[in-house]
Amino acid sequence: MKSLGSIRRSFAPWADPAAKPYILFENVTKKFGDFVAVDDLSLSLFEREFFALLGASGCGKSTLLRMLAGFEEPTSGRILLDGQDLRGIPPYRRPVNMMFQSYALFPHMTVEQNIAFGLKQDGMPKPEIAERVGAMLKLVKLEPFAKRKPHQLSGGQRQRVALARSLAKRPKVLLLDEPLGALDKKLREETQFELMDLQQELGLTFVVVTHDQEEAMTMADRIAIMDKGKVKQVATPAEIYEAPNSRFVADFVGSVNLFEGQVSKASNGAMQIASGDLVLKARNGADADTGNTVWFAIRPEKIRVTPQKPEGGDANAMEGEIYDIAYLGDMTIYNVRLDDGRIIKASTMNSARVNENILSWHDRAWISFNSDAGVVLTA
Amino acid sequence: MADMAATTESAPAGSDRPGVARALLNAVMGRLVIAIPYLWLFVFFLVPFLIVFKISLSTTAIAMPPYMPAFGFEDGVAGFIAKLGEMSLDSYVWLTEDTLYFNAYVSSIVIAAVSTAITLAVGFPIAYGMARAPASLRPTLLMLVILPFWTSFLIRVYAWIGILKPEGLLNQFLLATGIIDEPLIILNTHAAIFIGIVYSYLPFMVLPLYSSLEKMDYSLIEAAQDLGCPPITAFWKITFPLALPGVLAGCLLVFIPAVGEFVIPDLLGGSRTLMIGKTLWNEFFNNRDWPVSSAVAIILLLILVVPIMVFQQAQAKAQERGR
Repeated sequence: MKSLGSIRRSFAPWADPAAKPYILFENVTKKFGDFVAVDDLSLSLFEREFFALLGASGCGKSTLLRMLAGFEEPTSGRILLDGQDLRGIPPYRRPVNMMFQSYALFPHMTVEQNIAFGLKQDGMPKPEIAERVGAMLKLVKLEPFAKRKPHQLSGGQRQRVALARSLAKRPKVLLLDEPLGALDKKLREETQFELMDLQQELGLTFVVVTHDQEEAMTMADRIAIMDKGKVKQVATPAEIYEAPNSRFVADFVGSVNLFEGQVSKASNGAMQIASGDLVLKARNGADADTGNTVWFAIRPEKIRVTPQKPEGGDANAMEGEIYDIAYLGDMTIYNVRLDDGRIIKASTMNSARVNENILSWHDRAWISFNSDAGVVLTA
Repeated sequence: MADMAATTESAPAGSDRPGVARALLNAVMGRLVIAIPYLWLFVFFLVPFLIVFKISLSTTAIAMPPYMPAFGFEDGVAGFIAKLGEMSLDSYVWLTEDTLYFNAYVSSIVIAAVSTAITLAVGFPIAYGMARAPASLRPTLLMLVILPFWTSFLIRVYAWIGILKPEGLLNQFLLATGIIDEPLIILNTHAAIFIGIVYSYLPFMVLPLYSSLEKMDYSLIEAAQDLGCPPITAFWKITFPLALPGVLAGCLLVFIPAVGEFVIPDLLGGSRTLMIGKTLWNEFFNNRDWPVSSAVAIILLLILVVPIMVFQQAQAKAQERGR
């Protein structure tokens, strides 16, 4: 399999065994009473990395971030930042800053005062504060709003103030808790790219917590998928999507069709899986011996839907009936019911304005995919 | 085309007619709703105030009521105007001539101010603790703060005599535990008045403080700490400024009634304490000098109007800030 690397060319410190982790979680556990929020978790983050913690609410991602900020102490395990053990260091002495989900702007202070707050606290001389605040306002394009109070700003502007305030002290690490959660979709998409540019420009390490997979996929160098206090997979967005290590990850990110079956033949990395009446040919993913139960995961866009049986080419082809069609404009999603009752989701890009090859409800159709279009999972 | 323009122009005017009537009715009803509180204030505040003001401009008389002139329209409008001429500022002049009144005002204000400061110092931690308590516990805590109101104010103040007197509960406890060798003299001192006022008015301080602290987003404190503030600095830079409307409301709710307080200084402060409420009582019931006691009341009101206006200004400012 070809490497599914970072979108940033030649930025892959995690692949370099000599690279020293910048932030290190070592067997970190956090309990609230009986509830285990973070469960024996180990994780390495690298300098200048844009790292995303992705998971459903309650998976422990926010707790992890709050432990890094110092608002919570791990029940056991330790957290190292640039080689320094953070245990016992209060939030106001940690070289990290956080952008809060609610923004937590001080309502009784102007935009300027909000941004200057941390600098004043550090006893920075006044002219330098003014200069830094000016630079920050310029960075987030809020110069005309310097004298406004937070309640006089729009949601997007408040988000920028919060960002400027958390960047003003030039922290070693910027923590972002659902940074775009309160913005509408259009603004969110724009801001994603702005955040990425900003991170590149400043050369900082960003750790972002989000439940929005699109956000994580767009922005992050690497994503950690979390569930029930544990990390399920840490990888680049492309690896997460194309080479998930488990059904949970495959299902959590994007949509996926899963064929459960037994390995009937395994040789040279190629595999045949008996799934019901079907025999699937697969070439990617986990190794498994003959007789073992495995899952073949394939994304909808990797499946072709055709009215007739495709000639040659695809290793896997099966017949069924169109069960549901969803036309989304840029693409069309077909739910095809195979003859054994299983429903398979396939999507087609509508690259031509007028599609001659129209499939309609209850039409007979064939779905087909290559043996390397999907991935074999054992967990 | 011209026809169409004409009809579209006239159409709204015609369809508006019932709308105009409804708008008029709404306006009238709206005025009426606003008028009720004004009417209330007029009848139960402004009219009594004017009566008291009028009495303060009268002179004492051995009569019923014990002042003159007594107004009426039996002599017609001319007689009314003639009576107006009999009014005098003698009572107010009298207030400036005897230092008793000035001292009483000053002493009242000082006692009220000190008590308010103590109440704030005691009430803030209570309110803060309540606002930070688990949400399920808060109604109970709120209930506990209001609970003393279920007993008569007078009885609660009386109860303090039993606690504070030389052979009272407090001294017995302190003697028994060996903290002191001789009973403390608290009753009939200023300390007893402070204790009484702080105890009685604490809920008025705690409730507005609680309401402004409870609204506050705790992530603001975390943000301040994240930006380098130790907890105490975060308190003074974030929590306190944001609680300021509550602080102001609480202080005024305590200060204003405390200035005119009569029962607490009378029962706990002994005969030596000089407070304007007691002076008022003496003028009215012992000296039967209605004009002077009315003048005392008018001046007291003027003294208190100033802080109320300050408060309202502060509130308007807070509202402008959108909080």
